[in-house]
Amino acid sequence: MNIPNNLKYTKSHEWVRVEGDTAVVGITDHAQHELTDIVYVEPPALDSAVEAGKECAVVESVKAASDIYAPVSGDVVAVNEQLGNAPELVNKDPYGQGWLFKVKLRDPGQVDELLSAQEYAAHIGA
Amino acid sequence: MDSASDNLKRTPLHAAHVALGAKLVPFGGWEMPVQYTSIREEHLAVRSRVGLFDVSHMGQFLVAGPHAERVLNRLLTNDVRRLAVGQAQYTLLCHEQGGVVDDLIAYRLEPSVFLLVVNASRIAADWHWIETHADAPVVLENQSDATGMIAVQGPAAAQLLPAFADLPAFHSRPGQVAGVTCRVARTGYTGEDGFELLCAAADTEQLWQHFVAAGAAPCGLGARDTLRLEACLPLYGHELTEQTTPLEAGLGRWVAFDKGEFMGRAVLAKQKEKGVNRRLIAFRMPPGSPPPRAQYAIWSGGQRVGEVTSGAPSPSLGVGIGLGYVAAGVTQIEIEIRGKLHTATMEKKPLVKRKS
Repeated sequence: MNIPNNLKYTKSHEWVRVEGDTAVVGITDHAQHELTDIVYVEPPALDSAVEAGKECAVVESVKAASDIYAPVSGDVVAVNEQLGNAPELVNKDPYGQGWLFKVKLRDPGQVDELLSAQEYAAHIGA
Repeated sequence: MDSASDNLKRTPLHAAHVALGAKLVPFGGWEMPVQYTSIREEHLAVRSRVGLFDVSHMGQFLVAGPHAERVLNRLLTNDVRRLAVGQAQYTLLCHEQGGVVDDLIAYRLEPSVFLLVVNASRIAADWHWIETHADAPVVLENQSDATGMIAVQGPAAAQLLPAFADLPAFHSRPGQVAGVTCRVARTGYTGEDGFELLCAAADTEQLWQHFVAAGAAPCGLGARDTLRLEACLPLYGHELTEQTTPLEAGLGRWVAFDKGEFMGRAVLAKQKEKGVNRRLIAFRMPPGSPPPRAQYAIWSGGQRVGEVTSGAPSPSLGVGIGLGYVAAGVTQIEIEIRGKLHTATMEKKPLVKRKS
């Protein structure tokens, strides 16, 4: 299972990459593997505010719709438009082209509360 | 393993599923494979070639004796008198109000011996119902735990069972497959050509490994569900419940009103005469729409007119599809998905037709 060291993680299987004052958010390799065959992604609305720990997006596999929880609080400054036509990018490249949305961090300190790669690996028993 | 899964029953193929790396989930009291590789890939394997399913969780009841035919004809909606030895039929078990206790396939094995193959989640309910409502003495035997069952489905299924390629649809006969004594039936739940094989529980794995080695793709319940949904075959607990009737579900073809008295007949005859208040429809979403799911509300002209009973992205069509009940007379529908209405188009059943 791929768990890059330079990312932060949530127990609900989202990852975060900090770029300046912005957090890029996606779902982990473990999550995409569990869901398989992602067919639809409903990102949060651009400019909307998301709250850490609250559901803010939906990823649908063949079997079910799964909520995505915001790892951090802030305003949504970008969503991955490519996923509209190619939701399978979440399966193929969960940490790259399969990113979901970007949040302008309201409180950068929130990132420190997220799990490290090592802690996330322990969480999923990898 | 959590405590909930400790109470789940396992089929004779449990170890084989684990060895294949299946993802196991609870289903109707059983721990069953939902997928091995990907629901989509397994689904498409069945539509284009051949897939293999463990359906050992399903129930098998033997009903026998000189009164068996008459007793079954009072309990089931279809007419078992139409069955020659070796023939089978889709039929429904209804209560007095016409609600569905279960849907099943009835096989005549011998002149006075019938086999009922019932849904796993309904084994206890069906058994109790038949035991308490049989109106003459019959031999009733629950063979569910002693029986293994696998389904071989897809356009290439007959190539894997050449000795049974001549078997017509909804017929069965006993035989030997891969050294295993079994009953082979030309039935299934995918909308494709295919077979279901019944054997002694202990022989199931030998049969399973034979078909895996022959190239059939192991398929889980996930693909079984999307396949049957495309074919618009009802699933008990979704399209069929004790609160829905066969006529509401569009299954009037399998209700033999001409056979005389049977359980639920009065209510069903009235529905046939006066029409139903709601009916089961099939629909598809436009490209780009999120997929519909069970329990989503169906709207029409600003009114809530029904509910989705099953919905999923269709691997064959590439769009969301579903089944649901709507008020009679409704012709245009919208599906409520996370607070937004999405226009859907009502379609003829089945949503996906067999190619050959």
